[in-house]
Amino acid sequence: MKYLDEFRDEELAQHLAREIRQIATRPWAIMEVCGGQTHSIVRNGLDQLLDGAVEMIHGPGCPVCVTPLELIDKALHIASIPGVIFCSFGDMLRVPGSHMDLFRVKAQGADVRVVYSPLDALRIARESPGREVVFFGIGFETTAPANAMAVHQAKLQEITNFSMLVSHVLVPPAIAAIMKSPTCRVQAFLAAGHVCSVMGYWQYSPLVEKYKVPIVITGFEPLDLLEGIRRAVVLLEAGTPQVNNAYERAVSFEGNKSAQKLLSEVFEVADRSWRGIGKIPLSGWRLRDAYREFDAESRFKVSTITAEESPLCRSGEVLQGNLKPNECPGFAKECTPRHPLGATMVSSEGACAAYFNYGRFVPVESIQ
Amino acid sequence: MLVPRISTMAVSSPWSQFSEPEQMSSVAQPDFSQWSCPLPLRDYPLIVMGHGGGGRLTSELIEHIFVPSFRNAALEVMADSSVLTLPAGRLAFSTDSYVVQPLFFPGGCIGDLAVNGTVNDISMSGAKPLYLSAGFILEEGFPIAHLAAIAERMGAAARAAGVAIVTGDTKVVEKGHGDGCYINTSGVGVISMAGPCNGSIAPSQARPGDVVILSGTIGDHGMAILSVREGLEFETILRSDTAPLNGMVESLLRFAPHLHVLRDPTRGGLASSLNEIAGQSKVGILIDERKLPILPDVQSACDLLGMDPIYVANEGKLVAIVEPGCADDMLRVMHESPYGRDAAIIGTVTAQHAGILAAKTAIGGTRVIPLQIGEQIPRIC
Amino acid sequence: MCLAIPGQVRAIYDSFGMRMGRVSFGGIVKDVCLAYLPEIAVGDYTIVHVGFAITQVDEESARKTLENFREMGLLDEEFGEVV
Repeated sequence: MKYLDEFRDEELAQHLAREIRQIATRPWAIMEVCGGQTHSIVRNGLDQLLDGAVEMIHGPGCPVCVTPLELIDKALHIASIPGVIFCSFGDMLRVPGSHMDLFRVKAQGADVRVVYSPLDALRIARESPGREVVFFGIGFETTAPANAMAVHQAKLQEITNFSMLVSHVLVPPAIAAIMKSPTCRVQAFLAAGHVCSVMGYWQYSPLVEKYKVPIVITGFEPLDLLEGIRRAVVLLEAGTPQVNNAYERAVSFEGNKSAQKLLSEVFEVADRSWRGIGKIPLSGWRLRDAYREFDAESRFKVSTITAEESPLCRSGEVLQGNLKPNECPGFAKECTPRHPLGATMVSSEGACAAYFNYGRFVPVESIQ
Repeated sequence: MLVPRISTMAVSSPWSQFSEPEQMSSVAQPDFSQWSCPLPLRDYPLIVMGHGGGGRLTSELIEHIFVPSFRNAALEVMADSSVLTLPAGRLAFSTDSYVVQPLFFPGGCIGDLAVNGTVNDISMSGAKPLYLSAGFILEEGFPIAHLAAIAERMGAAARAAGVAIVTGDTKVVEKGHGDGCYINTSGVGVISMAGPCNGSIAPSQARPGDVVILSGTIGDHGMAILSVREGLEFETILRSDTAPLNGMVESLLRFAPHLHVLRDPTRGGLASSLNEIAGQSKVGILIDERKLPILPDVQSACDLLGMDPIYVANEGKLVAIVEPGCADDMLRVMHESPYGRDAAIIGTVTAQHAGILAAKTAIGGTRVIPLQIGEQIPRIC
Repeated sequence: MCLAIPGQVRAIYDSFGMRMGRVSFGGIVKDVCLAYLPEIAVGDYTIVHVGFAITQVDEESARKTLENFREMGLLDEEFGEVV
């Protein structure tokens, strides 16, 4: 695929990795915010290629992992209502709520459907006029434009049997929350490239000003990640915290104005609770009053559900980068992808699942 | 003689949604004029509960659909069981059930999978597949024309593989209790006593130093299915790779006893098969992802949906694990088979990291490839 | 959050008032909403996430980035391991 394969070139990857190993004078702690980046790093073996030159800390950029437990339980409740068609991205199906997950709810007879796009859910609603269709609208800023358009179109086309369960979270407040934490070890950030395709990167300068950490806008393919890490190391070595765009082919300073316009029409900023971290003020989006009729939480009046996390789960510490998955006592014992205790073990981007799936509990040195 | 009324419930050919429908099946609509009873069937060409009852309706299905499609002497005896003579040797026996959705997809249908799948399972022990059974569980309301198309494909697949479907059964469940059509096929084959391998080919036989050979491109079937699944559809030239591998296997048996393992990586993909072999043989397996034959469209589809081809199902591929001295010759033999043109050496068996499948990644890093929990699902992250 | 891949716009059409495109991803074709890229034209490349085009690929920039990587690789080979 053009503009994808070239950024997976083995030889160039080796060069970039070598360059990083040469210029890093100490193992800088760099956090990649986005779960998709975590996935790519581990799946391609990038961290091994770097051979300890830097320490990659896996951040909370996994909307699946940070969706609050109460919201998962609400989703399960709504999906179980007879007649409801509950549509979701595949990622959410295995995320455990207090007692169950969407797979189990489906096994009990609920109509749960995996879709690729929120427009697919809208189409299902249009084609099934007698049924309530609910879409689980999770994600960071990258996914918000799609979700916004679906709700906007539902209103325009008067598809009244469609509603969305919204759980949108924002990256800049997450970075601020991490930096504010007294146990924070992060020295530089790789910001999520596609979030910035939508929002631009003008929001990151104040963060650099305040916390004096380099923030490098980074893509997802091996070469993009290595280049992002390289630029972060250059800035760290020079002691010059800045915002730097290493994903120029897909990111501009202002971002996509067209998308931002509809986002501000459909959504407004709200406090959000992040699973494993707690409440971060003004860190999410909810539907505005003009679109309240399409808000599934209002439509289905789900009363406050008391959610219970497993006492063993330490996802929060993992999400903040303070604990490596294989340092958690429950890792690969009580907590495995088959019996996940927390969301970071479920989502394939969750740091714990990535570690488990790509075998970080096996001494990798033994594999030649 | 009653003049058949024109059916008021026209059922379109299940192939019409795909390109080249004419090549898939000549059976668009069975000719009910030859069916003896009951009259309403001509106007209602759908499966009803009675078709599973063992009476006249069931006989009609057998007479007009199964026997003409499967065409063999043993079946036409129509006794409760089929009595067969097997050549001398050890018996290989396999069973599998097929519940794929949708029933018809680019490159084939549930019928192709049902025949080829069982033929291949038998072949993987080094046996020559001979006879199959076919059990159908049909849902009330299922179009008979679709059943006819499935049966026709099964007959054709059986003939292509050189096996016969010699016995079968049909049951019908109430509407809403089945997905149209489920099929179970069981099969028997024989490992000749005089032959070279005689039961020494098994997943527990891989040894350090052995070479891992893959017969062709991975992920074709699974992605072809996803391309027509609701909510995920995309346009593609991808087709299922369903195929009978017994011919290829027969040409590989000459390498026994140096041929240690044969496996067809179906559900769970190549990753699952290699993990199982590593576990059962108590060895490590190291593959080189750069050597995996993958069609560009499969890679693109996987990139689009966030999936990994190494976990995607195949229906016409095999993995062979063989001593290093024979690897190049075996590769040459595979290339001569119509189903092995893209065969490649993809890795080695090692004494290290026993039970674990590892890989050199496309950029030269390494990763462990674990068994997946459940099915792979598309993701957005 | 961010699985998005580059594809080429092959055709543009309208569906229920939304600007849509048929986008090819290395041979796979999918219908994609182009509402957020009013300027994009047939033949252009775009990054697509969950069925929506979120940005146009700056092809010149892509070419330059790869060239930089290659140059870095060449320098690396010329000078070998430098402390």
